[in-house]
Amino acid sequence: MDLVGHMLHVAIRSGTPLLLAALGEIFAERSGVMNLGIEGMMLVGAITGFAVALATGQPWLGLLAACAAGLLMSLIHAFLSISLYANQVVSGLSLSMLGLGLSSLMGYAYVGVALPSRILPSPVPGLADLPVVGPALFCQDPVVYLALALAIASWFVLYKTKWGIMIRATGDDPSAADAMGINVYLVRYICVAFGGALAGLAGAYLSLVLTPAWVECMTAGRGWIAFALVIFALWDPLKAILGAYLFGATEALQFYIQASLGVDATLLGMMPYVATILAMLVAASEVLRKRLGAPAALGKPYIREERVI
Amino acid sequence: MAIGLKLRLPIELKIEKRLQVSSRLRIGISLASLGLALALSSLIFALGGLSPLAVYGTTFSWIFGTSAGLSFLIVKGIPLLLCAVGLVVAFRAQVWNIGAEGQLLLGAVASAGLALFVMPSAPAPILIPLMFISGFLAGAGWALIPAILKAKLKVNEVITTLMMNYIASKLVEYLIYGPWRGKTTWGFPYTDLIPPNAVLPTVPGTSIHWPTLILALASTIIVFMLMERTSLGYEVKVFGDNPDLARAAGIRPSKIIILTMLISGGLAGLAGVGELAGRHRMLRNPLHISAGYGFTAIIVAWLARLNPLACVLTSLFMGSLLVAGCVMKSSMGVSEASVNIFNGLILACIAAGEVMLRYKVRLSFSWRGRRRGVGNGPGRAHAPRGH
Amino acid sequence: MGARGEAPRSREPLVRMVGITKRFPGVIANDKVDFELMPGEVHALLGENGAGKTTLMNILYGLYRPDEGQIFIGGREVEIRSPRDAMRLGIGMVHQHFKLVSTLTVAENIALSLEGTGLILPARRVRARILEVAQHYGLEVDPDARIWQLSVGERQRVEILKLLIRNAKVLILDEPTTVLAPREREELFKVLRKLAYEGRGIVFITHKLEEVFRVADRVTVLRKGRVVASGLPVRSTTPSELAKLMIGRELKPRLVKKPARLGEPVLEVEDLSVLDDRGLLAVKGVSFNVRRGEILGIAGVAGNGQRELVEAIIGLRKPRSGRIRIDGHDVTGKAPADVLKLGVAYIPEDRARYGIAPDLSVAENLILKLYKVPPFKKGFFLDEEYILSWSRKVVSDFGIVTPNVRAPAGSLSGGNIQRLILARELSTRPKLIVASHPTFGLDVAATEQIRLLLIEQRERGAGVLLVSEDLSEIMELSDRIAVMHEGQIVGLLSPSEADVEKIGLMMSGKLKEVDG
Repeated sequence: MDLVGHMLHVAIRSGTPLLLAALGEIFAERSGVMNLGIEGMMLVGAITGFAVALATGQPWLGLLAACAAGLLMSLIHAFLSISLYANQVVSGLSLSMLGLGLSSLMGYAYVGVALPSRILPSPVPGLADLPVVGPALFCQDPVVYLALALAIASWFVLYKTKWGIMIRATGDDPSAADAMGINVYLVRYICVAFGGALAGLAGAYLSLVLTPAWVECMTAGRGWIAFALVIFALWDPLKAILGAYLFGATEALQFYIQASLGVDATLLGMMPYVATILAMLVAASEVLRKRLGAPAALGKPYIREERVI
Repeated sequence: MAIGLKLRLPIELKIEKRLQVSSRLRIGISLASLGLALALSSLIFALGGLSPLAVYGTTFSWIFGTSAGLSFLIVKGIPLLLCAVGLVVAFRAQVWNIGAEGQLLLGAVASAGLALFVMPSAPAPILIPLMFISGFLAGAGWALIPAILKAKLKVNEVITTLMMNYIASKLVEYLIYGPWRGKTTWGFPYTDLIPPNAVLPTVPGTSIHWPTLILALASTIIVFMLMERTSLGYEVKVFGDNPDLARAAGIRPSKIIILTMLISGGLAGLAGVGELAGRHRMLRNPLHISAGYGFTAIIVAWLARLNPLACVLTSLFMGSLLVAGCVMKSSMGVSEASVNIFNGLILACIAAGEVMLRYKVRLSFSWRGRRRGVGNGPGRAHAPRGH
Repeated sequence: MGARGEAPRSREPLVRMVGITKRFPGVIANDKVDFELMPGEVHALLGENGAGKTTLMNILYGLYRPDEGQIFIGGREVEIRSPRDAMRLGIGMVHQHFKLVSTLTVAENIALSLEGTGLILPARRVRARILEVAQHYGLEVDPDARIWQLSVGERQRVEILKLLIRNAKVLILDEPTTVLAPREREELFKVLRKLAYEGRGIVFITHKLEEVFRVADRVTVLRKGRVVASGLPVRSTTPSELAKLMIGRELKPRLVKKPARLGEPVLEVEDLSVLDDRGLLAVKGVSFNVRRGEILGIAGVAGNGQRELVEAIIGLRKPRSGRIRIDGHDVTGKAPADVLKLGVAYIPEDRARYGIAPDLSVAENLILKLYKVPPFKKGFFLDEEYILSWSRKVVSDFGIVTPNVRAPAGSLSGGNIQRLILARELSTRPKLIVASHPTFGLDVAATEQIRLLLIEQRERGAGVLLVSEDLSEIMELSDRIAVMHEGQIVGLLSPSEADVEKIGLMMSGKLKEVDG
C-alpha cells in the first residue's frame, strides 16, 4: 500500500540520525568509553553544518564541517575520561550541556533563516518504482545510504578485521589488551573521535536534510535516544539498523495516529521517549537473561600503573 | 606513561596516586577549576560577540547594589538549593538522577491541580502545606519509575530520568494547551492564575517566597544530618563507594536506590511547588518553570563536592550565573540556553580537577635516554650482592 | 666482560638489568636490583609475596617504567616503553592473571599479539601456525574455542603459545604453577626444559622452593625489593639456605594447635549444586559440614567450583539445588543480609572488589557489621564519639598501620587492608567464618598474623571454612581437609592421613576417596 511505503520512508529517514549517532557510540563503547555527550555533539554538529552550508552554499561541506565539529568536541571528552581518568558520566554530561549552550549561542543568528541549497533524495533508477519497498528504501537521500553502508562496514570491521578485535579487546579487558601490546589509550581516543564525528554528522543531517532549518535544541533528546539504542542493539551495528528504523517508525506513527485517531499531538509527542524507556526495559531483561552484555570494562578508566592490593 | 601522548621530549610526566588529601587541597582545586571554567566561558562569550566583563559587571552591581537584584538572586537560588541537596543524596549513592527538571515540573503540576481544581477554596494554612506535600509526592513518584527500573533490572538511570524530563515537559504542554487551559487567558497557553489563598507569601518588598526558602534551608540541614549521622546515610555512602561490598554486608541495593531517588525526586517536587505558587502563580510553558534548574542543580551539587552545607554557597554562586544569563538575554538578546556553557564548562573543569585530587603529577627529566628521577644521580652498575 | 668482574663469558647474556629501582607511593618495590639471564637457562626468581619479583619482570616487559637503572638486551642498552617494545625485542610474559580476552577465541587472541597480519583476519594462516607450534611443543588446544570455555591449564597453554608463535627468545612466567595440578605442572616443566634447550632464556618467578630445584638452573633471590642472592647455580645451594635467604631468618616452626573441641555443626551443606557465570554447573551435588571449634579446609586448584560454593553459602549466588543450613536455619538462596545476620563472617577472595569501601575512612569501614547496634547507634543517630574510640582500639589490637582512623581505607597497604577486613568481620564474634584465600598476596608478617587469628577463632568456638590454594596453609590450619575437583568433593580427610601426594592426586582428579 502506498501508506505503508510512505511510513517506511519516513521511518528510515527519521531513523537515520539515530543510526549514525548510535554507530559512532557503538565504537566508543566497544572500546570501553561511554559518551553521554552525544546530544551536545549533535547540536554543535547541527549548527556548524547549517552555518557552513549557508556560508558556502554547499550542504555537503556543511556535513563535513559538522563531522569535524563533533570530532573536536569528542576529543575533549576523550581527554577528560581517558587521559585524566575523569568519571565518564560527568564528563559526557558536561559536554552535552556545553554543546547545548554553545549551539544556542552560535545559533541565535540563524533562527528562521532558510537554506538555499538542499540535499535532495536521489532515487535509485528502476528500484525506486517497486511497490512499497520502492519509496521506502530506494527513494532516499544519499546520507541514508551512507548510514546504511557505514553500519554494514562497521559490522565488518568489528567482527572480521584485526582492528575490530583490538577494539573489542580494549573494551572487554584493557589490561589484557595492554599486555598484548595494544595501545589502549590510542584505540579509545580513535573510537571516541569517530563517535563524535558521527554524532556531528547526525546533527547536521537534522538541520540540513531532515527539517531543514536551525531550531534551538532541535535534537529534542535524540542524542540520549541514540545512547539507549546502542544498549538496545546489544552493541551490534546490524541490530542498530533495525532499532534506529523502529524508532524512526514511532515518529511516522505519531503523524498517522494523530491524523487518523485524532489523539492530541502533544501526548503523542511523548511516544519516542516512552518508547526509549520501554526499549531499555527490553534490553535490560535480555542482557540479564542472555548474559550478553556491555563490554566488560565499559565506563571504567584504564590506569596502567595501578597497584593491585 | 599514564597520559596518552607520546612526547619525544626529555621531560617525562608521571602520575602517581596520592595518599592523603587535605581539605585545603580540595577547596584549592575546586576554586582553580572554577576559575578556569569562568575564564573559558568568558572567552567563548567574547568570541560570540558579547562583552563578558560588561555582563559580569552589570550582574555584580545589580545583585549587590540593589535589593531587587539581591532578591532575584535568592529567588533563583531557592529551587537550586532544594534540587541540589536532593541530588547530593542520590549522587552519593552513585545514582545519577538527571531528572530533577521533570520531577520539579511534576511538583508544579500536582500543586497546580490541587489549587485550581481540587480545593481552590481551602484556606491558605491548609492548602499551602497540602500543596507542598502533593508536590513532594508527585516529584518522588516521577522518580520512582526510573528507580524501580534500575533497582530491579539494572536499567541505566541517566537515560530513563532524562526521558522522564521530556515526558514531563510534554505533559505540562498538553495540560496548558488542553484540559487545563485557562478560562481567563484569552486563549494563551497558560492555566488560570491560582487562587490567592494558594499563593505563597513573599518577603515584603521582594519576590522571595519565604516558605520555600525555609523548606530549602531545612532540607539542607536534614540531608546533612541524614548523611552524616544516621545509619541510612551510612548505608548510602557505603553503597555509593562499593556496591558489591554493601550487598555482601547485607545492605539491600534496591532499598538504597529507591529511597535516594524518592528523596531527590521529592525535594525537586518541592522546588516545583515553590516556582508555581511563589513565582509564576500559574502553569505555563514548562521551559519557563523548570528553567534549567534541574540541570544547574547538578553543578551546584558537584561543585559543593556533594556536601549539603556547601550547597548553600554554591547555589548562590550558580544562581548568580543564572542572573548573568538573564542579563545577557535582556541586554543582548542571547538565548538563556547559553547559560549551559557555564554549566558544561564548570562540570568539565571540576571533573578534570578531580585528577589532581587523586594523583600527583611529577615532572622528571631524562638525559640522553637514561632515566633519572628528579634529584637522583645517573644509573650505575652495582656490585652484585654476595651470598 | 661480565659486570661481576669474573672471567669473561663465552656468551652474551640475553638480558641484563642493572641498578633497577622502582618506587610506588609508600614503598620501594625494587631497590637497585641487578638481574641477568643467559641463553639456554631456566633462571628462577625466588622470593616471598611482595618481594618485588613481579614488579621487576613487569619492568622488563614494559608495563612499568623504572625510576632508575638500565636494561641491556643482547648487549645493547634499550628503553622498554610498553609491552609492544618488549615483544619486538623478543621478550614475552605469561602473567599470573592471564591476559587473555575471555570473549574472544584462541585464534583471535593470538592474532592480536602478532604484528603484520594485515587488516583482514588471516584466519586460516593463524590457525595453521597455531596447530603447528602447538604440536611441536605438545601444547594442544582448539584455536576456535573461546577463552571462557577453556580450563585454566588450557588457558596457560594459550598464553605460552602466544609467546612461541612470536618466537620470543626470553620467556617470563609469573607463578605459573599456582593454577596447575601436579600432573600439569610436570608437563609444563618438560616444555620449559625443551625451550631452554633450544637456546631461549626462561625467567621462572616463584615463591615455592621445591620448584626451584625441580626446573631451574640458577636462582636469584629477592627480599623486600633487594637482591640477596644473584644468579646462584641451583646445584650449589640447598633448600634451607634459600629459605633463609628468602625470609631472612629461620623458618618458623609449624603452628601448634590444640586438639579440636568440636561442637554442633554450624554449617551444613547438602547436595548443593551451583551454576557459574556461564550457566554451567560449577558445584555438583556437594555435601559437607563444619562444626563449631573446627577448621575445615577446602583444597583444590582455583577454578574447580570453590568460588561459586562460597558465594552460594554467603548468599551472593543462588544455588540451583540443594540445601544450606547455618546453625540449623535454612538459608538456601537467601540474600547476604539474611545469612550474615545469623552470625557469619566473610573474608572475601576478591579483596579489591568485596573487601572495603576505599573512599570511606578506616573507622567507617570497621563498623560495617555493627552500625545498627547500640552503642554504635544512639537513638536515631550514629554515635560518632564511640565509633572513633572503638575504632582506635581495634586498630591497635589488630596492628593495622594507618596514620589515623579517619584516613581513607583505600590508602592502606594490602596487608593492612586484610587486617581491616578481618577486624571488621571478627568484630561481631561470629559463629561461622568463611575465609577465601585469606593470605593471598600478603607479606610474611600479615600471613602469620591472619593464620593465628583464624586459629584463635577456632579456639573461641567458631567454625571456620577455609578455602585456599596454598596447600601448606591448608595442612597447617585445618582439622579436616576436603579436596575439590571439577565441582565435587573427591576427598575428605584428616591431616594425619593426608599427604601432599595423595591430595595432589585428588586435586587432579585421579583419586576419589570420601569417607563419612
